[in-house]
Amino acid sequence: MTSTERRPQHSRRLPPQQGEVIDRNRVLEFSWNGRRRSGYEGDTIISALAAAGEDVFSRSFKYHRPRGVLTATMHDPGCMLQVDDEPNVRAAHRLLRAGMRVSSQNTWPSLHLDLKAATQLGGRFLAPGFYYKTFMWPRVLWPVYERVLRQFVHAGRVEPQTRGEVYEKRNAHTDVLVVGGGPAGMAAALSAVQTGARVMLVEEEHQLGGHLRWADPAAAADLARQVLEADGIEVLTNATVAARYDGNWCAVVQRDPEPGMPERILKTRTQSLVVAPGLIERPYVFAGNDLPGVMLSSAARRLIGLHAVAPGERAVVLTANPEGDAAVEDLRRAGIEVAQVVDARTGGDVLRARGRKRLQAVELADGTTVEADLLVTATGWTAPTSLLNMSGVVPNYVPQAARFLPGAQPGAGIYGTGGLVGDGELNQLQNHGAAVGSHAAQYALQQRHAIAATVPTSLPAGGHPNAGTAPPMSSLPIPQHPELFRSSTHGIVDFSEDVSSRDLQSAVREGYDSAELAKRYTTVTMGPSQGKLELVNALAVIAEANGKTIAETGATTWRPMYTSVTLGALAGRNYDPVRYSELQPWHESHGAVPLVAGQWIRPERYGDPLVEVNSVRQGVGIIDVTPIGKLDLRGPDVPKLLNQLYVNKWSRLAVGRVRYGVMCAEDGVVFDDGVTARLDEEHYVMSTTSSGAGAVWEWVEEWLQTMHPDWQVHVTPLTTAYTSINVAGPHSRRLLSRLTAGVDLSAEAFGYMQVRTGRVAGVDDSILWRIGFTGELSYEIHVPASYGLHVWEALLHAGEDLGVRPFGVEAQRVLRLEKGHLIIGQDTDGLTKAYSAGLDWAVKLDKDDFAGKPELVWQREQGAGPQLVAIQPVDPRTVPEEAAQIILPTGRIGGRITSSRHSPTLGRSICLGQVERALSDPGTVLKIRLTDGRTVEGTVMPQLAHVDPEGNRLNNDTLPEETVEYAAPVARGPVVVQGQRTSIDDWQVSASQSSAPLTLADVSPLAKISVRAAPDGPIAESMPTGFGRVSPSGDGRLVVGSGPGEWMVLAEPGERAAVLDELREVTQTAEEHASVVDLTHGRALFQLMGESAPDLLAAVCAIDLSDDMVSDGAALRTSMAGVVTDLIRYDRGGIRRYLLHCERSSGRYLHSTLLDAGRSSGVTESGYPVSGPVLNS
Amino acid sequence: MMQIPCPWCGPRNATEFRHHGPHAPRPDPATASAEEWRRYLYLRPNPYGPVEETWYHAAGCRRFVSVIRDTFTNATQWSEGGPR
Ligand SMILES: [Zn+2]
Repeated sequence: MTSTERRPQHSRRLPPQQGEVIDRNRVLEFSWNGRRRSGYEGDTIISALAAAGEDVFSRSFKYHRPRGVLTATMHDPGCMLQVDDEPNVRAAHRLLRAGMRVSSQNTWPSLHLDLKAATQLGGRFLAPGFYYKTFMWPRVLWPVYERVLRQFVHAGRVEPQTRGEVYEKRNAHTDVLVVGGGPAGMAAALSAVQTGARVMLVEEEHQLGGHLRWADPAAAADLARQVLEADGIEVLTNATVAARYDGNWCAVVQRDPEPGMPERILKTRTQSLVVAPGLIERPYVFAGNDLPGVMLSSAARRLIGLHAVAPGERAVVLTANPEGDAAVEDLRRAGIEVAQVVDARTGGDVLRARGRKRLQAVELADGTTVEADLLVTATGWTAPTSLLNMSGVVPNYVPQAARFLPGAQPGAGIYGTGGLVGDGELNQLQNHGAAVGSHAAQYALQQRHAIAATVPTSLPAGGHPNAGTAPPMSSLPIPQHPELFRSSTHGIVDFSEDVSSRDLQSAVREGYDSAELAKRYTTVTMGPSQGKLELVNALAVIAEANGKTIAETGATTWRPMYTSVTLGALAGRNYDPVRYSELQPWHESHGAVPLVAGQWIRPERYGDPLVEVNSVRQGVGIIDVTPIGKLDLRGPDVPKLLNQLYVNKWSRLAVGRVRYGVMCAEDGVVFDDGVTARLDEEHYVMSTTSSGAGAVWEWVEEWLQTMHPDWQVHVTPLTTAYTSINVAGPHSRRLLSRLTAGVDLSAEAFGYMQVRTGRVAGVDDSILWRIGFTGELSYEIHVPASYGLHVWEALLHAGEDLGVRPFGVEAQRVLRLEKGHLIIGQDTDGLTKAYSAGLDWAVKLDKDDFAGKPELVWQREQGAGPQLVAIQPVDPRTVPEEAAQIILPTGRIGGRITSSRHSPTLGRSICLGQVERALSDPGTVLKIRLTDGRTVEGTVMPQLAHVDPEGNRLNNDTLPEETVEYAAPVARGPVVVQGQRTSIDDWQVSASQSSAPLTLADVSPLAKISVRAAPDGPIAESMPTGFGRVSPSGDGRLVVGSGPGEWMVLAEPGERAAVLDELREVTQTAEEHASVVDLTHGRALFQLMGESAPDLLAAVCAIDLSDDMVSDGAALRTSMAGVVTDLIRYDRGGIRRYLLHCERSSGRYLHSTLLDAGRSSGVTESGYPVSGPVLNS
Repeated sequence: MMQIPCPWCGPRNATEFRHHGPHAPRPDPATASAEEWRRYLYLRPNPYGPVEETWYHAAGCRRFVSVIRDTFTNATQWSEGGPR
């Protein structure tokens, strides 16, 4: 062929075809390698280019051979193009859009003059195993090799300023997922929906119909219309079921689901999976089989039937099956001259395709040469058994069918139909599909019934369609097809990776004789087409080279993903929960440097941390310690629990006292520490480390549920129900006493390690304990979280004359290190047992039992393990890095520095470190290896505390002062109010009201009271509802069955005290162990209202929210965007409404995540509904 | 993704749970030998087939539940015995 540049546009466009999918009234302009081109709406990029007369679209991976259309599908290896700033676009699938800038990739300097094609001349240069053989040695030359090879990389370009795009994942639920919208798949979908199932039908291409689109356009249109009109079939075209995982959990990749979103993954849980992907046509291996103009029969028929493009002018057809014969008919009907039909069934064969950039002649086995610009091959089919393979079905090679067929019957809920499993006329395929669809639906409905029976949120009975009897499921006939893989010449097997049959033979000769070895050595099947086109041919060539059968040679396993998926879709929206204390906005607006500590964002410092340290040592400072874990423990058996979990003793902790405790795991390794306060006879509050809060809670639950269900203890996490503030420094008593009327802070009345409850700055129900992590006189106050900012500001205001200032986490670390207090996880590690952490004093081996006791008994007997010691470098200016090693005289490592800082109090460097026992005696001089290689000396100190080892600073005789004026308490919700404010009770809320169809409002001011009792005791009897359902009670309250033996009573803000009193009365007079905890300030509560709410929630939550599973009045707990969230369905005025609540510090994150995930659903933020009661109208 | 059949909540995605491993009853620390104790700490059966496991429904009902899981197919079902 000559240059195409002067050809008129649409030079190969045919007159209208019956099933064409283009709209000739809509012309789309685009550019191809910088030149203007046009096509029609409905064209793929490649069909538009082919219509314009283009033959060559890319250059092959290794040899840079020209490549044209082979399959005309998404999997066409020669049709990967650069489109705008997107590389590797499957251009035989991607629809044309106006203004696209399309270019070829892997060509230099141009598509038609490709210098890299020179490598063809020295083909052996790129022999199989070429990388392994050529570039392994000498190693020093790797950078050079790399630079040269970089020129040959097979890929497009990503622009540095590529525009940002939104990707997401959503959860989806269906009864029957049908993969493939051909005749069998459509029949399956129709019969499944008639059986009463919900159906999702996923089709990879842009239209339903499969091969009928060109083979029988009228039948295709008729079936497609029935499917699209059926109520209950969700049809997704241009989407692929890319993977199937345990429990029929499928990754459905939707392309272009929304403007600005290139791909989306639907994480789809289906009861039944019907796999009906049809067949993939297989290329034939012969010399020149990758020349543009050589294509599959299905490619030629697609071009003619769907896009009205003549694939050539003069054709030779190699056919071995009826589809090849039909291609001859199609070509003739389209007016293309068929120069010769070579029938492989009667011994005809093609030896060689000749031409430079396009086919010019075909050499046949009978010795003749036919001039032609088109060679159509129809030599066999490959069954894409991928999804069945991922479901545990092993495909078997069947010689008389010349393809793999799915092996043993798949398990329940997995079905195959259509060409994948057998052969047949259209009506046979449809009948089989219908029978399979009916069985799949029946199985799915049975499963759904069974699930509904176990799910407490579902409707009591009925509401589920009943399955009828499915017709018997026959199997399709085994296909008959001659085995045709390779001619007597050699050609390309893997078009993506440029692997030829000769390469495979030489790999076998070199000893890589199994399919798995040859694959890795030659990279056959490892390119973008992932075996779909080339696997069977590769096996055939390897089998032939080994003198074995294909069945003996085996098959490689199909693994996820079936098609390429963008990394953006795999990443989806970012769901990394972030937790904030109530004070974080204040910290940020006062210059705090944020510190990421696990999920928490905390203030690291406001200014110079050393100045902050000094202000605590000399005056008074305050720090936000809200992340400290807090567990509310209630019941007569709390001391038993504490004795079991802590290494020290708890039997005699008096009311009003606080004790420090250490927990070990069963292997004796230190696990957590903190103080626990006894507030009342049967009421304790345990504190944990910030990072250990979740694990300790789980540990407590494990002991209570699995080992001691007889112990009467209720545990409720309160970490963010309180804003926790440590007031530390010699003036802390003076400062705090100015805000605490009614709590006597005098040294005599409120001693060290004691606890009081009372009012702070006008806020009731605050807890104060006197402890000393910083080594100073200090009080830790816990105020109901909504009042956190009010109390913080009151402290700063009341202490102005004392020079009070906030200090951050860094100053606190210095302070505690000066005092020698260890941090679990920093000064200990996953092997540090209690006796290695300097905690000998705490471990009480005379207790009958506690977690980890046997290991600690043995540790003490053997004196094993390193020792935590305080170390001071001899040079006071040197601060060894944390993790710097301590070196023994032998050169061996004998320990490490675990914490180190400059101490402003001592004016020198100080450390904690773990050292071998032989090095732990006070006065031992250690050698410390710094990261710069220097070795410095440090001295082991007699005790862990560097500052004030006697503890004098914890006690000072400052006197409490008179209380001062402070502002009236203001409560705030977890979401910072923007714009106009108003009040409800003493809560400050947003006044803006939205009447949008989908709204999200912060309704955290509602009272939230938790009740715990036995799930089947007298209290449960008296509650209006149980686990999984909600019930309105009198006075506009809502009782939620939030867990087994767990209720949450919601009420309007002003009702809080009354509800609390009432419920306390009920539980105190009950004949069982029951407890009531006010969680009003500990939970963020949102109202999501509108009919499209489930669409939004599908982006963040994996629960099936359909009406029969989660009906009006349902309550459940699950994970939303990574946050454990309670969901209550409580419709109002006939409008769908969900109340969502989570622990308070995650509220801000959940709120903004819901708004972000709901952008496409049009969700609008609304203020607190101040006009009337929220719960009931 | 595997589903765990929670006897309280119904089937839920495994990511809502924390895996606490095969059942391992705690020996009496007063009488356990070092070997018994370490067997309890570190040794777990790893059968090819069904195994009775404990899962904690952390993002749901917060109950410890007992589940029989087939390690070959990941098929799961309720277990009658064990904690729940
Ligand atoms: Zn559960």
